Amino acid sequence: MAEVTLIEAVTQALAYEMRQDPSVVVLGEDVGVNGGVFRATAGLHAKFGSERVLDTPLDETTIAGLSVGMAFQGMKPVAEAQFDGFIYPMMDHIVCHAARMRTRTRGRLSCPMVLRAPWGGGIRAPEHHSEAPEALFAHIPGLRVVIPSSPARAYGLLLASIRDPDPVIFFEPKRIYRQYKEEVPDDGEALPLDVCFVLRDGTDITLVTWGAHVKETLEAADRLAAQGISAEVIDVATVKPIDFDTIQESVKKTGRCVIVHEAARTGGIGAEIAANLAEKSLFDLLAPIERVTGYDVPIPLFRLEMKYLPSVDRILAAAQRTLAYR
Amino acid sequence: MHTVATFSIPYVGYLDEDGQLSADAPALAADNDLILDLYRRMSFLRFFDTKAVALQRTGKLGTYASCLGHEAAHVAIGMAMRYEDVFCPMYREYGVQFVRGVKPRDVLMYWGGDERGNDFSGPKHDLPWCVPIATQCLHAAGAALAFKLRKEPRVAVSVVGDGGTSKTDFYGAVNSAGAYRLPYVGVVVNNQWAISVPRSAQTGAETLAQKGIAGGLHCVQVDGNDAIAMLAVMREAIERARVGGGGTVVEAVTYRLSDHTTADDARRYRPEDEVKNAWAREPLKRLRTLLEKRGLWDAAREEAFKAEANAEVDTEVNAYLETRTQPVSAMFDFMFAELPHDLAAQRAEVLRLEGGTHG
Ligand SMILES: Cc1ncc(C[n+]2csc(CCOP(=O)(O)OP(=O)(O)O)c2C)c(N)n1
Repeated sequence: MAEVTLIEAVTQALAYEMRQDPSVVVLGEDVGVNGGVFRATAGLHAKFGSERVLDTPLDETTIAGLSVGMAFQGMKPVAEAQFDGFIYPMMDHIVCHAARMRTRTRGRLSCPMVLRAPWGGGIRAPEHHSEAPEALFAHIPGLRVVIPSSPARAYGLLLASIRDPDPVIFFEPKRIYRQYKEEVPDDGEALPLDVCFVLRDGTDITLVTWGAHVKETLEAADRLAAQGISAEVIDVATVKPIDFDTIQESVKKTGRCVIVHEAARTGGIGAEIAANLAEKSLFDLLAPIERVTGYDVPIPLFRLEMKYLPSVDRILAAAQRTLAYR
Repeated sequence: MHTVATFSIPYVGYLDEDGQLSADAPALAADNDLILDLYRRMSFLRFFDTKAVALQRTGKLGTYASCLGHEAAHVAIGMAMRYEDVFCPMYREYGVQFVRGVKPRDVLMYWGGDERGNDFSGPKHDLPWCVPIATQCLHAAGAALAFKLRKEPRVAVSVVGDGGTSKTDFYGAVNSAGAYRLPYVGVVVNNQWAISVPRSAQTGAETLAQKGIAGGLHCVQVDGNDAIAMLAVMREAIERARVGGGGTVVEAVTYRLSDHTTADDARRYRPEDEVKNAWAREPLKRLRTLLEKRGLWDAAREEAFKAEANAEVDTEVNAYLETRTQPVSAMFDFMFAELPHDLAAQRAEVLRLEGGTHG
């Protein structure tokens, strides 16, 4: 069994599903001969040819609109937005059409497409290459928003997303694209959507996160453990719809919750999780919920970028404040 | 059946690969001072570009978009514009910007990960570098609309790539410029590649210039490696726009001699032969040959200029390298005219985390 990076797991899942299902088509800018600027589609063009792996003209509106057209005709387009920041011109088609095709037509038509994009900051990229827009999509009824945080979850969740009969926005945390390898059996086994993954059991505090910040959060949990504090770490994975049951159950046990995300704070997914806990778990809580997030500014260019992203220290400080309540 | 409309796209080129001027070359080709100025600016641009790539390779700059091969097109655009006109660039038109007063250190600052590069020297109404493709075309058209509504004799110029002409924004700019008869010049720098996607895969259109025809604009294709043709065409388009004669799409046919950016490896998708052939048509050599034929340039003058240019580039690089990082609070300071209370709280939080009171 091969050890693969997160991005190789993406490629592996795409290849598996393209072999399996002739209606799966990959499209986007530079996804063909070049194999994608991050190499997520490397080798697919050679394997499947230019009718299954399409280099599109350079227009995101076009990519999204063509995908909607193919999807309602029964194909399964897996479109790539080259970077998170270039997804915004796609929103018209995603929001006005992909998200509501099924409901508008009372189930007569659907839109089984996946929109993949490298997501998030921390790689010293130029402007508009480091955005975390998951909350924008999560706000739209009719979309699933999935963010894997490891090679195995990238493989399993991408397979599930392609097989899902409705539109899925699939954000790949580019900061950990090549951070480490793990064994991922290329067996076509999907992972479930719409559920959280408990990465570490704990009893004193619940740390909730997703994407690249799973790394810092696990590190914070390690540091807490060294102080004798047992932290439960939850990877949300599907940020819309969220598996609140798992989070509530954890908070019932720990009574404390810190939510970590790199997107800007206001209206972020952290606010949604906090609101849910306020509604459903108020009497389980021993301390106010804390959020450790990006600030309400565009992610700065790279000289200040790491000051924007939640650090282990910031997570620890929030955890300590939370634990101080007796 | 009968034909209701027919169109043609003129092609303009005067100076060939051997530095030979055609008989129909415009009067400006005889202006030796002007030609020397063009050459020096183009040459300086190449020294700067080479240095910037080297800085990136040694970790002193972030990802950088090279302009190698575009010197004629870029410098000519800058020289055809007036200071009060507005320039809406993409991300590699340093040649236009240097003519307009932007400093090399500003460019380095931006690609070096510091927002202050966007607050560059030169015309304060020019837009900063634009990373999202083709959005600047609509902003230029909007600026042109403002000029028209306020009856100002100014022109807005945008640059977009061959790939960028596929974007909805490009078509929107062309269409509105035609509909409102705007003082807008949309330059397409057709360097044949949009990262890995060749011009032929980008569109079925025979020329990119003709995309302006649908919008009712003047359209012209020009040899983008011929600085004289570029300057003549740009001057004509800009003057026409200034006097109310309507907008133009100028397609400058050139070639990207570098990787797309320092994050790209063009060898993966681009035939080596093609690049070799393109070097034979590059813009600096042919202008230098012309100057040599006229006795205005030689190896000694080239050496002297090179030393001078490199010294100037070094000064700029040092100014960039010596610039201290902004205080962390700077990420909040230009969000709004007045900092709203929620951001003030976040700013204070950041400063507390830094353990400092600076900013
Ligand atoms: C909206 C948008 N989509 C994708 C990108 C990523 N990208 C950056 S440059 C580029 C190719 C641009 O090609 P072209 O327009 O021909 O200009 P060139 O860089 O070749 O001068 C792409 C796809 C982007 N910057 N903006």
